[in-house]
Amino acid sequence: MLVFILKRSISLLLTLIAASFVIFFVIEVVPGDPASFMMGFEASPEAVEALREQLGLNAPLWERYLSWIVGLLQGDFGTSYTYKVPISDLIADRIWVSLPLAAFALTLSILIAFPVGVLAAAKRNSATDVSIMGATQLGIAIPNFWFAMILVLIFAIQNRWFSAGGFPGWDEGFWVGVKGLTLPAISLALPQASILARVMRSSLLDTLDEDYVRTARAKGLSRRQALWRHALRNAMIPVLTIIGLQFSFLMAGSVIIERVFFLPGIGSLVFLGITQRDLIVVKSVVMLLVFAVIVVTFLVDVAYAFVDPRLRKGR
Amino acid sequence: MVDLVTNDEPRDNLFLVALKSPSFVIGLVLTLMFSIGAVVSFFWTPFDVAVLDILNRLKCPPAQNWVASLQIPSAENNWFASWACQSAPEYLFGTDHFGRDMFSMILVGARTSIAVAFIAVGIGIGVGVPLGLAAAAKTGSIIDELIMRSNDLVLAFPALLIAILITAVYGASATNAIIAIGIFNIPVFARLTRGAALSLWTREFVLAARVAGKGPVLISIEHILPNIMNLLIVQSTIQFSLGILAEAGLSYVGLGVQPPIPSWGRMLADAQTMISFAPHMALLPGIAIILTVLGLNLMGDGLRDVFDPKLRRSRT
Repeated sequence: MLVFILKRSISLLLTLIAASFVIFFVIEVVPGDPASFMMGFEASPEAVEALREQLGLNAPLWERYLSWIVGLLQGDFGTSYTYKVPISDLIADRIWVSLPLAAFALTLSILIAFPVGVLAAAKRNSATDVSIMGATQLGIAIPNFWFAMILVLIFAIQNRWFSAGGFPGWDEGFWVGVKGLTLPAISLALPQASILARVMRSSLLDTLDEDYVRTARAKGLSRRQALWRHALRNAMIPVLTIIGLQFSFLMAGSVIIERVFFLPGIGSLVFLGITQRDLIVVKSVVMLLVFAVIVVTFLVDVAYAFVDPRLRKGR
Repeated sequence: MVDLVTNDEPRDNLFLVALKSPSFVIGLVLTLMFSIGAVVSFFWTPFDVAVLDILNRLKCPPAQNWVASLQIPSAENNWFASWACQSAPEYLFGTDHFGRDMFSMILVGARTSIAVAFIAVGIGIGVGVPLGLAAAAKTGSIIDELIMRSNDLVLAFPALLIAILITAVYGASATNAIIAIGIFNIPVFARLTRGAALSLWTREFVLAARVAGKGPVLISIEHILPNIMNLLIVQSTIQFSLGILAEAGLSYVGLGVQPPIPSWGRMLADAQTMISFAPHMALLPGIAIILTVLGLNLMGDGLRDVFDPKLRRSRT
């Protein structure tokens, strides 16, 4: 077990280093000169040179890379060029919108997908199963930002139950905050729930065909008991991976959803960075998101090894 | 591992078998509908989408007025009266805020979406499949290791985020959207190809080809590739539908196809501020996206069932 975690940790570290290389390369090397990219075409050469100096662009590449990474490790994300404040402050404000939103959406998606997937598998090939599968096909095909617009039309414009956009902040009270995140969370959760329900169903169907389920039935358990006691636990393994992957999608998907609802989250920070050509913000915030995704994937992998000893030996 | 080569099924009438699957037929009809629409838009659209006609702006579809005029016998007042709007019979889908015909816009938008997704899938296949074949042919070697680890790296990135990053740095355009979406198709196809090819490399007919003196490149092209075609086709339809969703998302946030080229994602972005008084502008492009993606996914599901007879036997 220890060897497994050690091996995975090394590959985690290598992935993170490679990811940071890619992001650094895309942002600092590819556009030619980041300083003139940030200032636009009309900037005077003196102004560009001043910015180069301020950003430390005259230092060699490897030195810039190292100082960026060392800064990140110390929690120093650099200073935003447009806002003139430390990026860590910007992130600290916004993480309390994005993180609750992702958690809310993930919870909703699990709460919807779990019973629906189990129901479809338990009633395989029935009318219930066919209509659930049809509904999930539709759920996958719906772009979440379009669904968000329709939710706004119905629940914010026609019936004024929710606000059409913006976030009141958690200072206004817990439920006010939850209410502000409800429509965004539902629109993020819909496609995720559809995918999860399909995985839940097919995984459960696979385990229901296993010998140990037949044995359980032979010793006198009803179909329902065999499903809940034996099949379901084993069916959870692929479902867990998908939940881990969905976290990745929710982090990235929120970039668009936060824009639909004008939410002041991490996603909209990346977007602001892009439109303001503030490459320092973009670089550090994207790295933070990629870091979160890679670490979550690692944790899911390790969690597996605890649940399923076969995976430990396999590697 | 699913057995890839099935000799117990006749191979020539797979299409006829597929036509028995309702999901394949529905998917095929939807996909054909939008493909034909896209092709037709090159030669003819009811109105020119490049011409603005402000006098006819924000006309709603006649169907909306028809609903508004419905009388429900038992109801005291007319339920849908608030739906009443200005419509014109020649604009079947209404017009947008510049007076452009929505039906024509959706036809041209289909062309954009399909072109972007198609080329992006082409990049995925063109680069990913050779990489996967090479990795499988040299399994365990440094090449294999290198290819698979770079795959893992790309897959570890949140796809949409990096697409946004690429279009932001290189500039927002259709080309960069295609590249950004295409890059994420590469590991998908490389992984699929490698996995399927590995199991084929252990089979007798490959051994026979090796005994006959064929090299790994020739074997990969002549013997491995034809046998994984089915898998690639199914995966392509899925990636195609994901590409259409990704293009819509990128164009919606303004990082994809640029105006004046109509695109479904851009139409939705325009519609957002007008949703309270012109909901048709948001509904129709959205429905177009949903039906196209749904069609491709249903077609992919149907094809998978046909290509994989094991699945067909056990699940039906």
